[in-house]
Amino acid sequence: MPQESTNDPLVQFHNVTFSLPTAANIISDLNLTVEKGETLVLLGESGCGKTTTLKLVNRLLTPSSGEVRVEDRATTAWDPIALRRRIGYVIQEGGLFPHFTIARNVGLVPVLSGWDAARTSERVRELLSLVGLDPERFAERYPRELSGGQRQRVGVARALAADPPLLLLDEPFGALDPLTRASLQREFADLTSRLGKTAILVTHDVREALILARRIGLMHKGRLVLLETPERFLASDNPQAHAYIETLNLSDGGAR
Amino acid sequence: MSFWHFLQLNWSDLLLRVQEHIVLVFIAILAAVIIGVPTGILLTRHRSLRGPVLGIANVMQTIPSLALFGFLIPLPFIGGIGARTALVALVLYSLLPIIRNTVTGILGVEPSVREAAVAMGMTDGQVLRQVELPLAMGVIVTGIRVATVIAVGVTTIAAAVGAGGLGVYIFRGLRQYDNNLLLAGALSAALLALAADFLLGLVERQFSFEAKRRAGLARVALAAGVLLVLVVGISLWRSSGGAGSQTASQSRVAVGSKDFTESALLAEIVAQMLEARGVSVERRLELGGNLPHEALVSGTLDLYPEYTGTAFTAILHHAPISDPRAVYEQVKQDYASKFNVDVSAPVGFENTFAILVRGAEARRFNLKTISDAAPHTTQWRAGFGQDFMSREDGYPGFSKTYGLKFKEVREMDLSLTYIALSSNQVDLIAANSTEGRITTLDLFQLADDRHYFPPYEAVYLVRQDSLARVPALREVLAKLANAISTEDMRRLNFEIDGNKRDPKEVVKEWLAAKAL
Repeated sequence: MPQESTNDPLVQFHNVTFSLPTAANIISDLNLTVEKGETLVLLGESGCGKTTTLKLVNRLLTPSSGEVRVEDRATTAWDPIALRRRIGYVIQEGGLFPHFTIARNVGLVPVLSGWDAARTSERVRELLSLVGLDPERFAERYPRELSGGQRQRVGVARALAADPPLLLLDEPFGALDPLTRASLQREFADLTSRLGKTAILVTHDVREALILARRIGLMHKGRLVLLETPERFLASDNPQAHAYIETLNLSDGGAR
Repeated sequence: MSFWHFLQLNWSDLLLRVQEHIVLVFIAILAAVIIGVPTGILLTRHRSLRGPVLGIANVMQTIPSLALFGFLIPLPFIGGIGARTALVALVLYSLLPIIRNTVTGILGVEPSVREAAVAMGMTDGQVLRQVELPLAMGVIVTGIRVATVIAVGVTTIAAAVGAGGLGVYIFRGLRQYDNNLLLAGALSAALLALAADFLLGLVERQFSFEAKRRAGLARVALAAGVLLVLVVGISLWRSSGGAGSQTASQSRVAVGSKDFTESALLAEIVAQMLEARGVSVERRLELGGNLPHEALVSGTLDLYPEYTGTAFTAILHHAPISDPRAVYEQVKQDYASKFNVDVSAPVGFENTFAILVRGAEARRFNLKTISDAAPHTTQWRAGFGQDFMSREDGYPGFSKTYGLKFKEVREMDLSLTYIALSSNQVDLIAANSTEGRITTLDLFQLADDRHYFPPYEAVYLVRQDSLARVPALREVLAKLANAISTEDMRRLNFEIDGNKRDPKEVVKEWLAAKAL
């Protein structure tokens, strides 16, 4: 597999296996390098281990064997709190705190990191504007008063708040209607390239992968079976990749 | 007396009881929250502890409250009688709903929210304080609300261990068949429970994210909180003032009684006589079940009135015998050797079963003894209480000893037998010999000429160390030897149960009349 870029690695998986005592391996022998500035999309069906892979990065989980390195240091050598504050995390529906206002949700990590109130508030306004939400209208509302798409924007804003070099996104657009999803995907692609963020995004939607990824990592039964650019992914003769491409053709055919 | 009139006469005392009740519940719930919420949090962090701890709390709640009070009385530090014991029991009862709801509330927090919190780089403490507890607060307050309503109910039983509260009215009302007392106690307790439920319901809604009227509710809850703190403050101030003056006295005597009118009267008599001699007295009256005995042996009480037959059979577990002298001597000897307790000289009356007929019948047939009446019983209907029908020294042995064959035997509530006899519904009953209505309804007590019934002479039981500590005790008990006749006791009982008078006044008058 030829490497496209020679940029510095930000995240590295070295022979990582993750298992629970009760089950077979969830991740088997994973080797993967995520480079600075790229958006890597992990694609696969439910239970293939893609979410587990994400959680190994911010040490919500630790490998059973092998190691995960972030900024060239093993996650087990990091202080987990310090590690997590350098990584933005976005999950489906945003994982917002229902008892916090939007402003408090977004300002959470800055406050935890000890920013003063004025700086935090300034940053919150900036971020809300960045994700397309009017700070005047939204800052003092609660998550339940927002639509799914608006909540998702807040989730992204919260992940960006302390300006982390790395974003982890677990099916961030999964629960949205197709129109909202499409526009958020475009905005997100625009945002990451503009801010130069590195992102690892997990999805089971091959269209989303093709739109957002610089590289697509295809996972199947706990293994990384393919790691390619979108163009090469489409041309691949890997049977799993082929199955995904076929669903694309089918739905395209239906649309025409 | 109408209920309204009763309230007008007694409102200040009733308010005092309400206040005692609120203070007990408030302190108990406060302590239960301080213990229960951290315990619940601990259980969410240590799964293996969850089963055992919740199991223990569960068992705690199934123990009948009177039994729990009984266990606690002999224990050092947390036991004894009075508010402290009641509080320990109340806290134990309140723990389960609070611990359980804390666990349920925290474990019920949306996993994605908790995961997001951890992934944001929150420490475990921050996750707990900023996310889990605020989100679980609604469920936790529901637990506190349930515990509070239960505690308002259980606190009525606390009166049995001398902790005061509205239970005093309820117990007294049950004993004296006084609906006004019962109603005042039960209604107030019910209203308290409803009020607590309502106020905590408001607090609970504070933590739900549905309502937007949170500011207004916050004010209501705040007002309720202030009110509560005020009540507690006032009572603490009061009790600290009271306690300060009481503990100053070296010769303080704790006088107890059982939970019926006569026992309370006998205790009040001693209490007033001691007070007249400058001894300060702590009254622990109307204690339920076996509590007076337990409290006397453990040293919480210095003295209480007892009956020789009860001490002989129920406490010392001897088989009943009929010789009063033998019973008295045996009781005196056993109490001295087993409990270091002295038995006073008999005060002069017995409270045994009295076999009663109408005075008119007694005069017409010239009946003096039960044997005299035996031939007539084939024509008579008898009315007996449930207790007399079932106990060892009751009906079966009684009818056998005298060879009685009634036309009919009716089992009915003891209190109704008097009126049933005087209104010719029945012709013979077994009553308490000191019952006040024996005189007022013109009933006649037949002598137990075959000495079937064990003797139940009234005596005072007093700790030997108390006698040594307070010389006035010996003098008072000596004066009371043989001082109260059966007739006296009937009249005193009737003043309280029949005329609904204040025991303190009645005793004061009687002592003055007897020049004691």
